[in-house]
Amino acid sequence: MADQSYDAIVVGSGISGGWAAKELTEKGLKVLLLERGPMVEHVKDYKNATKAPWEIPHRGRRTVEMLENHPNLRRDYVLNELNLDWWAHESDSPYIEKKPFTWFRGYQLGGRSLLWGRQSYRLGDIDFEANAKQGIAVDWPVRYKDLAPWYSYVEKFAGIAGNRDGLPELPDGEFMPAMPFNCVETDVAKRIKDKFGGARHMIHARVANITQPLPGRPGCQYRNKCSLGCPFGGYFSTQASTLPAAEATGNLTIRPWSIVHKLIYDKDSKRATGVEIVDGEDESVHEYNAKIIFLCASAINTASILMRSATDVWPDGLGSSSGELGNNVMDHHFRLGANGTVDGYEDKYYFGRRPGGFYIPRFRNLGNEKRDYVRGFGYQGGASRSGWSRNVAELQFGPEMKNLLTEPGPWSIGMTAFGEILPYHDNKITLSKTEKDKWGMYVLEMDCEIRENENKMRVDMMNDAAEMLEAAGVKNVSTYDNGYTFGQGIHEMGTARMGRDPKTSVLNGNNQVWDAKNVFVTDGAAMTSAAAQNPSLTYMALTARAADFAVNELKRRNL
Amino acid sequence: MNNINRREAIKSFVLMMGGTMVGANVILTGCAPEDRIEDLDFSEKDLAYMDEIGEAIIPATDIPGAKAAGIGGFMAMMVKDTYDREQQETFLKGLNETKSRFKDNNDKAFMDASVEERTAFLNKLKKEANEGFYEDEDIPKYIGMFQDLTLLGYFTSEIGASQALRFVETPGRYDPCIDYKKGDRAWAI
Repeated sequence: MADQSYDAIVVGSGISGGWAAKELTEKGLKVLLLERGPMVEHVKDYKNATKAPWEIPHRGRRTVEMLENHPNLRRDYVLNELNLDWWAHESDSPYIEKKPFTWFRGYQLGGRSLLWGRQSYRLGDIDFEANAKQGIAVDWPVRYKDLAPWYSYVEKFAGIAGNRDGLPELPDGEFMPAMPFNCVETDVAKRIKDKFGGARHMIHARVANITQPLPGRPGCQYRNKCSLGCPFGGYFSTQASTLPAAEATGNLTIRPWSIVHKLIYDKDSKRATGVEIVDGEDESVHEYNAKIIFLCASAINTASILMRSATDVWPDGLGSSSGELGNNVMDHHFRLGANGTVDGYEDKYYFGRRPGGFYIPRFRNLGNEKRDYVRGFGYQGGASRSGWSRNVAELQFGPEMKNLLTEPGPWSIGMTAFGEILPYHDNKITLSKTEKDKWGMYVLEMDCEIRENENKMRVDMMNDAAEMLEAAGVKNVSTYDNGYTFGQGIHEMGTARMGRDPKTSVLNGNNQVWDAKNVFVTDGAAMTSAAAQNPSLTYMALTARAADFAVNELKRRNL
Repeated sequence: MNNINRREAIKSFVLMMGGTMVGANVILTGCAPEDRIEDLDFSEKDLAYMDEIGEAIIPATDIPGAKAAGIGGFMAMMVKDTYDREQQETFLKGLNETKSRFKDNNDKAFMDASVEERTAFLNKLKKEANEGFYEDEDIPKYIGMFQDLTLLGYFTSEIGASQALRFVETPGRYDPCIDYKKGDRAWAI
């Protein structure tokens, strides 16, 4: 017996779930938004956002206790005493690594929308057509023209700062003024353009940080503390952007501490009738009914909910009839690139801490070029003057060193490559048959790795970075490869992919689960290929588009 | 790649991810043996001694130095909370050896010497250690720890950030290319 009925249930309150809640409530639906973790209230709960450096006990460094409690999180830069509460408790929610898999989870209202890197790029036709043209995996059921108006729609509301660069490989959007380049970046960009005959472009990062005010959001104050939550609504997050809009409709109910165990599936009507949740605090079990359900729990957890649902009909879960549920896991592989120092510009500096830098869109395998791998990669980077932490190994202690370090040091510039991972059927997640988490749910087993195509790409990803910096006159250029384990890109995708055929895909072209048309999946799980671009903007566009479709179908009584 | 480049690479990455990294070394200590010295504590005397080590590295000039920024207490907390056992042992060995070596070298106790004498001694030790003068590899390690903790603690302290550097909590705008003249202080964080 259900606790309550709604028009729609949205599972997950991150970037995708926030958008689903906003769109569905604005279209008049009574929506229940389920979040597995605690509430995080905009501004009020950003407890470290306005602290001075000296108010942070370890000044951002990791304590041994933090390392003990976060065996996975500590594998990368994200483990930080300033926002520790916003990452999942790993001992409560373990997972099994059949192959190394680094899973960074934000289990609280707003999810990882509070923590994300905010880089926002459209996918283009080269991306949507790639699978079909190359005979890889399955074809996307949409093309750029299908998503373009929805990209525009979400960009206008979210607020993306960027330039219209006119590049066919990276479609322009609806932008606020870009965050400008500093003096060094301006010159390096020009030199790259000249040296590569316009074939490689160093453009302004397109970031979901607003350079002009939006309602309720004064905008970016150039503090570069985004991942602590922004009291100025400077960047797009659920709390700053979609949630206030959804709440303003009066149609939204938020239920925190709601861990969705499964969807309740009715095999006669071939629809999901609701969800069963376990309360994360008191472990009580509840059911909620709705006409439609949006799964936006992030790619891995969305798939796991489907795997736990309708198992009386399909042993491997709702959406498994295709044999693709939990398969084709993708991420972006990275942690390599190049950097160097820049002579001169000692009489130039900047003011403010800009939360963005430059972007170099994919330039490999465009046109007629054929490398020994398919697809490509982009770069994120920036130039800055070094500070007091620069290497002073040769300097003498005392007043001289002290005075020197109170001044800015030499300029340096660096870039990190982000590469596309192909959708391999054998990269998969499955439910353990034995191990359970704190709430009695079977944990996931991760079995994913990058393969030959990615490893070949990594050679170019590193060398091309050095080549561009050297061409631009950067000195002491050195490459680095800090190694990559699956998941570190924090861009999990593909576990319930869209497609044109129910035999080979979990979702159709409107993000409906083929086997339960009133269930929509619009987070990273839906991605049919990864492209090289940061994916969140595409989840926003897919979500808004699917919500529009869903409400129209409800009105036509098709759902 | 060498450490400075790794550090710069990581810093630029963290910068663009909107991170709030204060010291970059945090990333470089990826390995983390959890074993620590139990009940490690520092006496008032220890803290006063560590204050003076920090002050010898960053002395008061027209701007207060590391001691005024409470560097001894900061070092003690960092060693207790962020170092593993091996690092803690190296640090403690450094405190003890520095004391005894100073006495052997200067014919007086570290605490009885002037700041200039202490600075000169630490510079001599650092130079000799860097030049491979000592077989004991712990010496460059603990000198590096003294330097690292002093710089981190000082430049992120209220005195360091707002007097030795310029601290602007809320810049409110980004000026991408402004004139800089020698002597202007760097922005804190």
